[in-house]
Amino acid sequence: MISARPSFDRELQELQQDILRMGSMVEQQIYNAVESLVKKDEKLANKVIEDDDIVDEMEHQIEDKCVKLIARQHPLAKDLRVIFTGVKIATDLERMSDNSIDIARTTIRLLGQQYIKPLIDIPRMAYLTREMVRTALDAYINQDVAAAQKVCDSDDEIDHLYSQIFRELLVIMMEDPKTISQATQLLFVGRYLERIADHATNLGEWIIYLVTGVKKELNN
Amino acid sequence: MEVKKNKVTALIGPSGCGKSTFLRTLNRMNDLIEDARIEGKIILDNKNIYDPDVDVVDLRKRIGMVFQRPNPFPMSIYDNIAYGPRIHGNRDKKKLDEIVEKSLQGAALWDEVKDRLRDSALGLSGGQQQRLCIARVLAVEPEVVLMDEPCSALDPISTMKIEELIEQLKENYTIVIVTHNMQQAGRISDYTAFFLTGEIVEFGLTEDLFYNPKNKKTEDYITGRFG
Repeated sequence: MISARPSFDRELQELQQDILRMGSMVEQQIYNAVESLVKKDEKLANKVIEDDDIVDEMEHQIEDKCVKLIARQHPLAKDLRVIFTGVKIATDLERMSDNSIDIARTTIRLLGQQYIKPLIDIPRMAYLTREMVRTALDAYINQDVAAAQKVCDSDDEIDHLYSQIFRELLVIMMEDPKTISQATQLLFVGRYLERIADHATNLGEWIIYLVTGVKKELNN
Repeated sequence: MEVKKNKVTALIGPSGCGKSTFLRTLNRMNDLIEDARIEGKIILDNKNIYDPDVDVVDLRKRIGMVFQRPNPFPMSIYDNIAYGPRIHGNRDKKKLDEIVEKSLQGAALWDEVKDRLRDSALGLSGGQQQRLCIARVLAVEPEVVLMDEPCSALDPISTMKIEELIEQLKENYTIVIVTHNMQQAGRISDYTAFFLTGEIVEFGLTEDLFYNPKNKKTEDYITGRFG
């Protein structure tokens, strides 16, 4: 296809590359956050917190680029959706980064404590959540509706794992009230991961919208 | 394709795609072209305007037209507006005064020219001339106003004024406009038809057509990519 707007095409591609870079960064943050919790690694937890500035800056740059593209290029149809979803996806990614920081802070809070149970389901949840983010980013670049739908479908499994963590911690707390403080912290971690997965589901929805022009609510 | 009453319908498409030709069929302007061949029907108020018993002069009174370049007659502002009503037999001075004021107000020009109605229309700026031409159309009280790129010879401010005027006019008139300016179509029209090589490729609500066109050719055209 011959494009009459090669420089605009280039700018749209750059925007998508920016989103991909931001997505990879956030995916790494999710990994580092849970890794720091499992390994009680204070340095890694601090890195997650510090990286937030970089993610925020990436979000601002994407927003700025989008607003300027709208002002200068008057995008229509799919071009407009690429730009609009660019803003929405950057927002969801930034929230995922915030939730990763919440997890990293929990790591720091629990430093020096013996965990009340081996962490099994939380790393599993984290692994699945990162899979969702990675699949969503691939779906974004390939504009793959089926893959985006898969991301949304995975959310059920996350919810299932979260309620499993909830029930397990509840039993531990009932058996020994001294565990309540830490158990609540771990429960929060489960909740943060569940939120991250919700944002990943949003990514899936935005990708479907980007390709089809139809917004489907898949986050039940 | 259905042109909806009291709505603005925009016709877009590349040069030579037939949108102006189509616009001209709507008030039988193509009749003036020798060996023009016309097929199909255009229904206005349940009547095919190409039926043999239709009075073309009367039809063009009901369906007025504004052209690309402002084309005021070389006479006073007042006479430009009164010209139409006069040839349709209106000679009453008081009535004509009323029509002139009402038409100029309708075209958002009254305040700018009310103190110099006897001056030549050719002394007006391009944007004022174009609004005068719109007032001249309104003077014969049409039902439909056709506009063929009415802003292409105007500066941005005059263009905005005409666009604002079109927005007001649709309360009382049905408007069909040919425009090369996609953003203009997006700003002012309710419905848009995309023409390509003499055919309507897509017709629908402007917001749908510009946000999520159904046809790949429409998408390629409005986003500036040609397959």
